[in-house]
Amino acid sequence: MDDALPTELAADLDGAYERLVIAHQDRLFSIALRLLGDPRDAEEVAQDALVRAYRALATYDAVRIRSLALRPWLAAIVVNLSRNRGRRRKLATVRLDVPSALDATPLTARLAAPDTSGSPHAAALRRESAHDWAALLATLPPRLRVPVVLRHVDGLSYAEMATALGRPEGTLKAQVHRGLAQLRAAAESSSLPDLEVMTA
Amino acid sequence: MTARPAIDLTEVEAALAALAVPAPATLAPATLTSVGLADEYATMVTPVGDVYVAWNGLGISTVDRAEDDAAFEQRFRRMIGRPLRRAVALPEALARAIGQRLAGDRRANLPLDLRGRSEFERAVWLKALEIPHGEVRPYGWIAAEIGRPRAVRAVGTALAHNPVPLVVPCHRVVRSDGLLGNYSLGGPGVKRDILASEGLDPGELESLARARIRYLGSDTTRIYCLPSCHQARRITASHRVAFSSARASEAAGYRACRRCRPDSAARAA
Repeated sequence: MDDALPTELAADLDGAYERLVIAHQDRLFSIALRLLGDPRDAEEVAQDALVRAYRALATYDAVRIRSLALRPWLAAIVVNLSRNRGRRRKLATVRLDVPSALDATPLTARLAAPDTSGSPHAAALRRESAHDWAALLATLPPRLRVPVVLRHVDGLSYAEMATALGRPEGTLKAQVHRGLAQLRAAAESSSLPDLEVMTA
Repeated sequence: MTARPAIDLTEVEAALAALAVPAPATLAPATLTSVGLADEYATMVTPVGDVYVAWNGLGISTVDRAEDDAAFEQRFRRMIGRPLRRAVALPEALARAIGQRLAGDRRANLPLDLRGRSEFERAVWLKALEIPHGEVRPYGWIAAEIGRPRAVRAVGTALAHNPVPLVVPCHRVVRSDGLLGNYSLGGPGVKRDILASEGLDPGELESLARARIRYLGSDTTRIYCLPSCHQARRITASHRVAFSSARASEAAGYRACRRCRPDSAARAA
């Protein structure tokens, strides 16, 4: 899809732009959400990124648009906007506290279990697990969080990440590895109280 | 206490992959509206009753009256063709700016989306925006002011196609003989009502027109004006002098008012 899209955008920006939005909105929203933590902020930033992309494309000539790698280009826009917003608010921060601390299930038990069965209980567990992982992610410093999100939430290749972030691939691999290790350590040493295990 | 199992890095990766989520359903439509590839609309209360207003990130695109939502949507699609979505209400800033404009505040910042219109049409509409609240100018005045004194009929056509009536006050443009003329947003009766709501007396304007009085002068200042000009309305009856043409005014030694520029109306063919 991404192969044809730049050509279509170069030929008819207004006609093809909606396809760009549909194709990339989920990933841009997910990146922003995992960098910022707040869904409203994430929606605003994702929209802003898509609008800026439109305005930029409107000034590019056809040759430049056709040679664009849309995935890393859009990722770079949303990362920069998230960074600016985080800086302005000073709170791309941790919200480990409220729901998890009151929760009785040991964090590691929830974190470890991507139960794929279709039961409502399993779905609830997955939601809890996602909530906890998102909170852990927020504890990573941005220098590590950004590469981890782009690699493992968004699924960019290291080559694409190098384009998006302007860092060498080797550096990014090291940062992702360090980020994952810190996440695992944080999950394992999580100091949430082991109260009574509530299992169904 | 339960023993905590060690976590494998691949589990961490799997958990992170599960953090990709769908965007909210509002994101795509809001984005398309923001760049001007789609519009939203709502109704708002005005001196002529409820009107439909459509807008996008570039500005207001349509003001219209319609029976109901379906009728408005159908007309919008025919005239503009972009996707259209019902909104609960106008954004507050937009509603406030429209209200200020309708109340006569021409400084209210109100962006308009006039894409796809000709240079001539835009020039006509922007000139109409300069006409003060509660005053009227003839079609010929607009034609002369935009440097196309022979294009009086084309000015009338452009005003009839005004996509944002009320906001661009085409109701303040009248026939060159001084009669009120037609109005795209509901006909001559509506035009009278709007002008009356702006403090003008349409009956008085029309009786001047029927008496072939085009200009009013003051024998103290020796200045002549269009009849609805704020300055003309301040001339007391004992000092008011009526003229049927600009030439007659100038022959009598009067000069044109610099505010309403009645000589522009006279220059048009």
